Amino acid sequence: MIPEIGHLALILALGLALVQCILPLAGAQRGIVGWMATARPAAYGQFLFLCVAFVCLAASFLASDFSVLYVANNSNTALPWPYRIAAVWGAHEGSLLLWSLILTVWMVAVGRFSAGMTLAFRSRVLAVMGGINVAFLLFMILTSNPFVRHFPAPAEGRDLNPLLQDPGLVVHPPMLYMGYVGFSVAFSFALAALIGGHLDAAWARWSRPWTVVAWLFLTLGITLGSWWAYYELGWGGFWFWDPVENASFMPWLVGTALIHSLAVTDKRDAFKAWTCLLAICAFSLSLLGTFLVRSGVLTSVHAFATDPKRGVFILVILAITVGGSLLLYAIRAPRIHDTGQFEPASREGALLLNNIVLMVAAASVLLGTLYPLVLDALDLGKISVGPPYFNTVVLPLLGGLGLVLGIGPIMHWKRQEMRDLARRIGWAPLLALVFAGVVVGWRGGEHFLQAVAGLFVATWVVLTAIQGVRERLVHQHGFAGMARALSRGFVGMTLAHLGLAAGITGVTLTSLYGVERDVPLKRGESAEAGSYQFRLDGLRDVLGPNYQAIEAKVTVSRDDETVAVLKPQKRVYRVQTEAMTEAAIDPGLFRDLFVAMGEPIRDDGFSLRIQYKPGVRLIWLGGLMMVLGGMLAASDRRYRVALRRARDVLPEGVAAV
Amino acid sequence: MLRYGLPLLVFGVILYFLFGGLSRDPRLVPSPLVGKPAPAFDLPQLRTPETRSSQADLVGTPTLVNVWASWCVACRDEHEVLLRLARARRVRVLGLNYKDERDNALDWLSRLGDPYESIIVDADGRAAIDWGVYGVPESFLVDAKGIIRYKHVGPLTWALVEDELFPLLKKSPGRP
Repeated sequence: MIPEIGHLALILALGLALVQCILPLAGAQRGIVGWMATARPAAYGQFLFLCVAFVCLAASFLASDFSVLYVANNSNTALPWPYRIAAVWGAHEGSLLLWSLILTVWMVAVGRFSAGMTLAFRSRVLAVMGGINVAFLLFMILTSNPFVRHFPAPAEGRDLNPLLQDPGLVVHPPMLYMGYVGFSVAFSFALAALIGGHLDAAWARWSRPWTVVAWLFLTLGITLGSWWAYYELGWGGFWFWDPVENASFMPWLVGTALIHSLAVTDKRDAFKAWTCLLAICAFSLSLLGTFLVRSGVLTSVHAFATDPKRGVFILVILAITVGGSLLLYAIRAPRIHDTGQFEPASREGALLLNNIVLMVAAASVLLGTLYPLVLDALDLGKISVGPPYFNTVVLPLLGGLGLVLGIGPIMHWKRQEMRDLARRIGWAPLLALVFAGVVVGWRGGEHFLQAVAGLFVATWVVLTAIQGVRERLVHQHGFAGMARALSRGFVGMTLAHLGLAAGITGVTLTSLYGVERDVPLKRGESAEAGSYQFRLDGLRDVLGPNYQAIEAKVTVSRDDETVAVLKPQKRVYRVQTEAMTEAAIDPGLFRDLFVAMGEPIRDDGFSLRIQYKPGVRLIWLGGLMMVLGGMLAASDRRYRVALRRARDVLPEGVAAV
Repeated sequence: MLRYGLPLLVFGVILYFLFGGLSRDPRLVPSPLVGKPAPAFDLPQLRTPETRSSQADLVGTPTLVNVWASWCVACRDEHEVLLRLARARRVRVLGLNYKDERDNALDWLSRLGDPYESIIVDADGRAAIDWGVYGVPESFLVDAKGIIRYKHVGPLTWALVEDELFPLLKKSPGRP
C-alpha cells in the first residue's frame, strides 16, 4: 500500500509541475494575474507530494519491503537503519527522487524569499523550474520508478553497495545535489530575464545570493566526496579526475566564474550577456553531470546503474533544456546592452581575467572528459585521458587564478593606476617568494620548482588578503567602525580566497612530499614512511552486523616513541561478497598517517599500503573555508535589508499574489 | 548574431557525440589480436609442473582460453558458467592461471570444481602481457587453426556463451 501511495504522489507532483510550467508563463506573457498566481501554490504542492513520495520510499526501506524492487536491490534485513535511509538515494531511482525533491525545496525557497521581485518575473522563474521538474518526474515515472513491485518478493534483499555503507554517503549526495540543482535557480533567473526581455542590474542582484548558496553546497558536496574517497576507497588519494568527479568540478568552475561575473553585472552593469551565458552553462554542466553518471557512456567508478534507454531519455532532456535555452540566448542576447565602461586595468578587467581562466579550465576538463567518447565515435580508437593530462593543464591554470585573485579585490572599479597598485602591493611578491623558497629549501627533496610555485601562490593570496583587510580598516576609528567596514560580503570573500590558498598549499605538500609505500609485512616486522615506523603487531578476525573482517593492529612510532595505533580492516560483506578496505588514519593538521590493508601473504602477514601525507587536511579545510565564506557572503546585510524592505513595502497579502 | 549562436553550435557538436556514445560500450576494448594467431608461449602446467605447454597445443580443436586467478572475486561469479560450458562439450576449456599461488589455485579447483582440460601457469604475468590481458577474468576463443576469434573482458555469462561463443563455434570447423 505504502509504495502505491508514493507512486501516486509522484504522478500528482507531475500534474502540478505541468501546471506550474505552463500557466504562469502564459500568464506572464499576457498579463493575467490569476494565471501567474498559480506558480507558488503549485510549487508548494509539488514539494508536499515529493515529501510524501520520499517518506513512502524511506518507510519501505525501514520496513524491509522486498516486494519493492528498488528496496530489494539496495537493502537487507541486516543493514543498520541509518544506512537504510541513506540507501533511499544509494542508487539510480532513489537519487532521482532526491534530485526532484531538492528541486522543489529550491522552488519553495524561491517562492518564499522572492519578495521584491515583480510577479511576472517570479512567475517566469518558477515556470522554468516547473518545466525542469516535469522532465525529471517524467523520466522517473517512465523509466526509473523507485516504487515498482515484483512478485514473488524475495525473502532477503541484495544489500546496499558496501562502498556506500559509510557516514560519508549519508551526506555527500544530498549536498552535491543541493549544489547541482541549486544552479537551476540562477539558470531560471537568467531564462526568466531573457524571456521577459529585462536583463538589468536587478536580475543580477536577485541572482547573486542564490548562486552563492548553490555554489557553497556544491563546494561542500565536492569536499565531502573528496574526503570520503580518501578514507573509504583505500587508495589514500583525494582527487582522481574520474569522469564523475570532473562532472561535479565543471559546474563548480563555471559557478565560481558566475559568482564573480554577477558581481560585475550587479555593481557595474557590464558583462550582462556573458553572465547570462554562464548561468546557462553552470546548470547545463550539472545536467551533463547527471547524464554522464546515469547513462554509462563513460567508464567510471560511479557508474552504478547503466541503461541505454535511460541514457536516451536524459539526453533528450539535455537537448531540450540546454538547446532551448541557448537558442533563446542566441535570439535575445544581441539586444542586451551594457552601460558600464571600464579600462583593461581595473577590477572589472581582473574579474574578466578570472572568468577567462576559470572557463578555460572548465573547457579543458570538458575536453579531457569527452575526448575518449569523441575519438571512439569517430572510430579513431579507444583511449583514456588520465590524471597527467588534467594535472598538467588545470593545475597551472589554478595557480594563475591565484595570482589574479590576489590583486583583483584590491583594484579599483573602472580604472586602476598600475603605479598605485604596485605601491600598495609593495614587497608582497618578494616576501612570498622568499618565504616559499626558504620553506622548500629547508624541506629539501625533488620538485623544487613546483613546490616553490605552489607555496608562492598560496602565500601571495594570504599577503594580498591581509592588504585588502588593512586598506578597509585603515581609515576606521573604533571597533564599531571597523566592524561596519568589514561587511559579511567582504569577510566571506576574503575567507573563500584564503580557502583557495589553504587548498593550494595542501595539494602542493601532499602531492610533492607525500610518501606512499606498498609493503608486505609479517607479524612483528616494520617499514618506514616519511620518518615514521609502521609495525604490524597483530591480526584478528572481527564480526560486523553484515560483514566479516580481518583487522590489523599497526603501531606507528617516530624516534622510538609511539605516535598512534592504527586498526585498518579488510571487510567482506556477506551478501554482495565484495571485499572492502577500511583504511585507518591518524589525522593531524600538518600530516596524516594512513594504513590500508592489501592482500594476505603467507606465513601470517599482510601487504599493507602505508602513507605519510603532509598537509592533506588543508585541502578539505580550504573547502570548508570556502563554504563558510559563501555562507557569510550570502547572508550579507544588503540581502537581508532588501528582503525586509520588500516585505515592509508590500503587505503580505499583496506579495502573495 | 553569430557570436551569440556559437554556444548553441558547440552544444550541438557535443550532443552529437554524446548521442553516438550511447550506442557504444566504453568497457568494450577491441583486441588487436582478434583475427591473428595466438601469441607464442611456453609455460608449465598447473597440475603437473614438469610438463610444459605451448601455442602448438591450441591447434586442432577450438579452445576457450580463460584467464583466471584464485584471488579474483569476479572469477568466482564466472566459475559456474565455465563448469556448465565444460559439461556442454562444445569447446575445449583451457585455463591460464594468472599471478597466482599454486596451492591456492589447486585448493580453489578442488572446492569449486574444475572445468579446465588443462591449465597453464603464468606466475609472473609475462605471457598475459603478450595476450594483451589487462584484468582478470578474460576469455579468448581460439579456433582449430590457432587463430584468436573472440575476446571477452570480465566474467562470462551464459547469455554471452549462447549469443557469442556458440555462433562462432558453428562457423569454425573442428570439434573437441
